[in-house]
Amino acid sequence: MSMIELEHLTKTFAGGVTALDDVTLSVEAGEIFGIIGLSGAGKSTLVRCINLLEQPTSGVVRVNGAELTGLSQKELRKVRQSIGMIFQGFNLLFQRTALDNVCFPLELAGMSRSEARQKARPFLKLVGLEDKEWAYPVQLSGGQKQRVAIARTLVTDPKVILCDEATSALDPTTTQSILALLKELNETLGVTVVVITHEMTVVEQICDRVAIISDSHIVEQGAVADVFHHPQTPAARQLITPRGAISEKSKIHGPLYRITFDGNTSDQPIVSGMVLASGAPVNIWYADTKDIDGNAHGQMLLELPQNPQQAEKMLAFLKEHHVTYEREEAAYYG
Amino acid sequence: MADFFNNLLTGLLNALSPVIEIFTVEFWHQYGPLLAQGAIDTLIMTIISTVFAYLLGLPLGILLSVTQPHGILPRRGLNRVLGWIVNVGRSLPFIILMVAIMDFTKLIVGTKIGIRGAIVPLVISAAPFIARMVETSLAEVDAGVVEAAQAMGASPFQIIWKVYLPEARPSLLLGGSISIITILAYTAIAGAVGAGGLGDLAIRYGYQRRIPSMLLVTVILIILLVQGIQTVFSFLSARIDKRLK
Repeated sequence: MSMIELEHLTKTFAGGVTALDDVTLSVEAGEIFGIIGLSGAGKSTLVRCINLLEQPTSGVVRVNGAELTGLSQKELRKVRQSIGMIFQGFNLLFQRTALDNVCFPLELAGMSRSEARQKARPFLKLVGLEDKEWAYPVQLSGGQKQRVAIARTLVTDPKVILCDEATSALDPTTTQSILALLKELNETLGVTVVVITHEMTVVEQICDRVAIISDSHIVEQGAVADVFHHPQTPAARQLITPRGAISEKSKIHGPLYRITFDGNTSDQPIVSGMVLASGAPVNIWYADTKDIDGNAHGQMLLELPQNPQQAEKMLAFLKEHHVTYEREEAAYYG
Repeated sequence: MADFFNNLLTGLLNALSPVIEIFTVEFWHQYGPLLAQGAIDTLIMTIISTVFAYLLGLPLGILLSVTQPHGILPRRGLNRVLGWIVNVGRSLPFIILMVAIMDFTKLIVGTKIGIRGAIVPLVISAAPFIARMVETSLAEVDAGVVEAAQAMGASPFQIIWKVYLPEARPSLLLGGSISIITILAYTAIAGAVGAGGLGDLAIRYGYQRRIPSMLLVTVILIILLVQGIQTVFSFLSARIDKRLK
């Protein structure tokens, strides 16, 4: 069942800038859906169109069966209570304690402060901050603030949580813990999560499916593994392997291949194996790999030998070890 | 040479005589009750005017803020009209306004003079000023927090009541001290047309009757009042601001 459906969504701002152009996508109930794009691609506008913080110029937005684009302001406010949202800047109320920040949406719904506090406490505990009830935002770290913000969205029992660059202001370790928390909440509560980001690693780590937005269009979408292993468009390639990996002055003679690790080849020395299997060297142009729970994740950009037989042996070795590879053009990275 | 020093000494003594005079028992015996009454009148005029000016200025400032093009209730026309009214109110010098609206003042409080007569022009003059102060304080509230409240389904009224006003409280309080002190200064001007208070004493005794010691004391009292108000409000503002810990 679709939790979120966007149909032919277009958003043109007053100045004539088109932020979204005919965007259609659907997010299934219970999945974690990533929307990735570079700065200015339109992803922030897209996520704001889901809860109508931005009014789309044309198109239809449906969340949990309700057509938001046809609702009155009052009805829309009611629906928004079931759509949580967390932000890059956390957006906590500075003059309220952590607990009272979590109470805020309940108070909006008409609950008294004391009743709200009782209901909010377990949610602060759920995000691991039961000892920070009376702390003010300024006394909390970035990761703790985002946990409060997450508890604040959960307290109204949302069907959907929208994350607008929610980890972009956090250090790598804290990012990991926040992503892990979102994944856990998705699994335990079944809440649908939409993640807006410019970082492929975020998508890789928690998303089931991903849409790539570039120049106001959705240029590619699908299961994360598919998009990651076989990107179809320049925009996707650019996000997966950042620009600058190969400069214009680089002299590449042999064929260029991108190999991706997705968890099944952790304890084997793949690159060394390729070299030994073929008896020829490879040149590593770009590498970004990491170990997640004992499995290798990430990718490398390798220049294979010019000799076709040697290159063939290397590719055979990769196939044998279930490492995905794809021929690349150097121009994509210039 | 001796003449020179003699003259200098006499000049100094003359200049200092009001200072010396205010440390005498006779001075306080003669003017003490007058000064006490003046200080009380000034405070009463200031406090009552501030309260009524805020009753007008606070809602006006909130309206100015939320009706902006990027506010939570954008109303271009209303915003322009309010802005224009506020600007007109602020550009009239207080003393002109006071004279200009005397008939209106009489209609409202039944007299053109005295403390009651001063309060009406004080309120009308301070309200637009306060509206701008409030507007500025609300502008300091993080737009992201407002957006978060909208995303949670808050109504415009709830955003004003539960986000803008509490989040801007420390800034509103500091603005309050500036407003009170401005009104205090206006009360001194109102003294010129018989409103009573310290300004009245300074003009009648210090200037018209040439009693420099009275001028000096009224000035000192006004300075003390201003310092006191500022200190209390700065302390309170810092005390309630949870961003400073």
